Amino acid sequence: MDKSKRDFLKIGGLCALGLSSLEVADAFAKSHATKFLTNPQASHAKRWAMAIDVKKCWKAEKKECKDCILACDWAHNIPDIPVKRQEVKWLWNEKYQNAFPDMENELEPEEVKDKPFLVLCNHCTNAPCVRVCPTQATFKSPDGITMMDMHRCIGCRYCMAACPYGARSFNWRDPRPFIKKINPAYPTRDRGVVEKCDFCVERLAVGKIPACVEACKDKALIFGDLDDPNSELRKALASRYSIRRKPELGTKPGVYYLI
Amino acid sequence: MLERALSGSAGYKRLLGGLSILMGLGFIAYLTQWENGLMITGMGRDVSWGLYISQFTFLVGVAASAVMVVLPYYIHDVKVFGRITILGEFLAIAAVIMCVTFVLVDLGKPMRVLNVLLYPTPWSMLFWDVVVLNGYLLLNILIGWNVLEAERKGTHYPKWVKPLIYLSIPWAVSIHTVTAFLIAGLPGREYWLTAIMAARFLASAFCSGPALLILLALIVKKYTKFDPGKEAIDKLLTIVTYAMLISVFFVILEVFTAFYSQIPGHMESLKYLFVGLDGKHALVPFMWLFVILAVAGVALLLHPNVRKNEKLLVAACCCVFFSMYLDKGVGLIIGGFIPNMFGQVHQYAPTLPELMIVAGVWATGFFVLTILYKIAVSVKEEVQG
Amino acid sequence: MKIYDGKYILVGLLVFGVLATFPIWFDHGKVVAPANPSLNTPVIDAMMSKHCILPKAQMITEHMKLLNVWRTEVVRYGKRVYVAPSGKKYEMSLETECFRCHSNKAQFCDRCHNFAGLDKATDPYCFSCHVVPSEKKPGAGKVAMVHKESK
Ligand code: SF4
Ligand code: SF4
Repeated sequence: MDKSKRDFLKIGGLCALGLSSLEVADAFAKSHATKFLTNPQASHAKRWAMAIDVKKCWKAEKKECKDCILACDWAHNIPDIPVKRQEVKWLWNEKYQNAFPDMENELEPEEVKDKPFLVLCNHCTNAPCVRVCPTQATFKSPDGITMMDMHRCIGCRYCMAACPYGARSFNWRDPRPFIKKINPAYPTRDRGVVEKCDFCVERLAVGKIPACVEACKDKALIFGDLDDPNSELRKALASRYSIRRKPELGTKPGVYYLI
Repeated sequence: MLERALSGSAGYKRLLGGLSILMGLGFIAYLTQWENGLMITGMGRDVSWGLYISQFTFLVGVAASAVMVVLPYYIHDVKVFGRITILGEFLAIAAVIMCVTFVLVDLGKPMRVLNVLLYPTPWSMLFWDVVVLNGYLLLNILIGWNVLEAERKGTHYPKWVKPLIYLSIPWAVSIHTVTAFLIAGLPGREYWLTAIMAARFLASAFCSGPALLILLALIVKKYTKFDPGKEAIDKLLTIVTYAMLISVFFVILEVFTAFYSQIPGHMESLKYLFVGLDGKHALVPFMWLFVILAVAGVALLLHPNVRKNEKLLVAACCCVFFSMYLDKGVGLIIGGFIPNMFGQVHQYAPTLPELMIVAGVWATGFFVLTILYKIAVSVKEEVQG
Repeated sequence: MKIYDGKYILVGLLVFGVLATFPIWFDHGKVVAPANPSLNTPVIDAMMSKHCILPKAQMITEHMKLLNVWRTEVVRYGKRVYVAPSGKKYEMSLETECFRCHSNKAQFCDRCHNFAGLDKATDPYCFSCHVVPSEKKPGAGKVAMVHKESK
């Protein structure tokens, strides 16, 4: 084959490749651009955050209270997977020395040591999971929630390596067989994607408070706008001493523990 | 030139056959993973990356084989590398193909992998890793192929290849740097949070890659009429020696910083790896084997007879390659996840299907390598006459 | 002009041609039952004037695009209300909007999807997460296998 013919084929091949990878503009989306609204009842904030009144929670704990966790599990179809390492968790209890590793001292009162501390995604302002995600499947919403786009996640689990709080769960297997009772109003997940607490965006969107906050009869969970000085949350933080998990990492966690 | 891969000795065909069997087994194992999800692996919420990603980080290092022959040859005009550059470049191609495959098999949703390019995310190191790895693959294919084709025709390779060759040198550095950045910038993973991570990657790459290249060159010499040349191997060995010494030195630096500072977070992973933590010590034998091999490797490399005695040479290169494999291909990634973010030790052990997939991907890499080397060697033999 | 290896090339071309047109002649002349999706659900039957979000023809050809746009608006931009060209507002949710009327996936969604040759278990895979009305009970089949594995 002579040189020019060969080059022609090469160039032609490259062109075909280029053309085929051109993104097809989605005219459909554009023609509908102005037709999406937020619900008028939706609650808005500059920075959603939460405070956990640990003392109130412990009072309830005497009765082995798990109301918030059960409410969350039901609301979001969290499976109960028997293989420990494959568990999916949004909101759960850890002991003090595990929730706050390197902060414990041997002389803590016994009651602190074994008491449960609720842990969940901290919706960090400066979230490492958002920084590392190669597809923006994890992203910050304008009101400060660290969101998961489970349609886009490729399951690389880079975010799990990056989250310093162990707040993320991967669907190692199909979760459906492990959901005791499916909440028909909320989707389940497909295997192969990462998930975590999202401060109940679907409830905030219709003006409700997160399911866990609503479920706590002892009012141990305070949810509100961190940027609003008049919010109940800010008042609680102004009047009580609070700690956050691993603040030294600069992630600016949005979950406070009132001591 | 491809047709040269289609014919060959019985040994060549048997090798390809054997590798195909491993690939087939790996593929079957992968089908079960495709069906059931990553539950078939030993990974979990605490050790969320396992053997797949650690093979990937190690093999990025092996891909350095190319730059370590290309750089001296083209920049410092080290003529003896002329005969061996193609072997280095083709090894790099095979290594990068394995890297990319390992990332792919690690994904929970492999069919969505193009999302990385559809939604480019410049602040994600994984995005950059995808870019630089594929770029490096393309560069090496273009360069290797054109240079070899020119050699066959007895002409000079086309002019446009030269800038690509220069580009491939910093590009090779970038694949190690970006892969190191992948893990070095994560708050809370103290074992990885070290400024010398990229330097460690480069150093270990520059010894494991060329060490494997020496071994392959010796095999080529033994089974074909093509002789890569003793001088080239000697030069490579010098590179391996320095890089290995630096690698070992870097490991010592890490140990010193952790244990002299006595900061628990920095010590714990190392403790887990070398002596065990909380009574759990699955990786301890592997890490001590790493130490023994590394020490033996250094001793052999510094032995005055290593250049004269081929057996010593092979032993030295094996020690270097496998010690670096244990350090980077086993300890580095898994150790970073232990203890977990709650200070607990949850161990990881790969499952059988996971190991089969790993073996399958390695076999794929060596299958590609065998074919590429067959082509390169046939051309060299023809040219030699 | 002489064609090298002409024999092989021609045979190869022939094989390619047969394979490339496989979908055309393989299905040719087959009688396929019409999809016939059922619109009869209690909610739809009770509707005074029966209408969907968009005109029927548009829904048939574009519902997948619409859902894809909805998904983006809801998940990424927090917009949850869709204003249809008719001015009517809808919540952008499969569970609480689409399935409210079309509560009969097997007679509605599946009939068309099967007719179009989609494998209903995997494609479209919306339903592996989005809960279909009749599916309020958890799948039972796989549980036994899992218990064996868990220690
Ligand atoms: S707690 Fe973890 S998952 Fe949540 S925002 Fe922070 S880094 Fe991300
Ligand atoms: S697993 Fe999903 S969310 Fe996490 S980093 Fe990868 S693509 Fe992003």
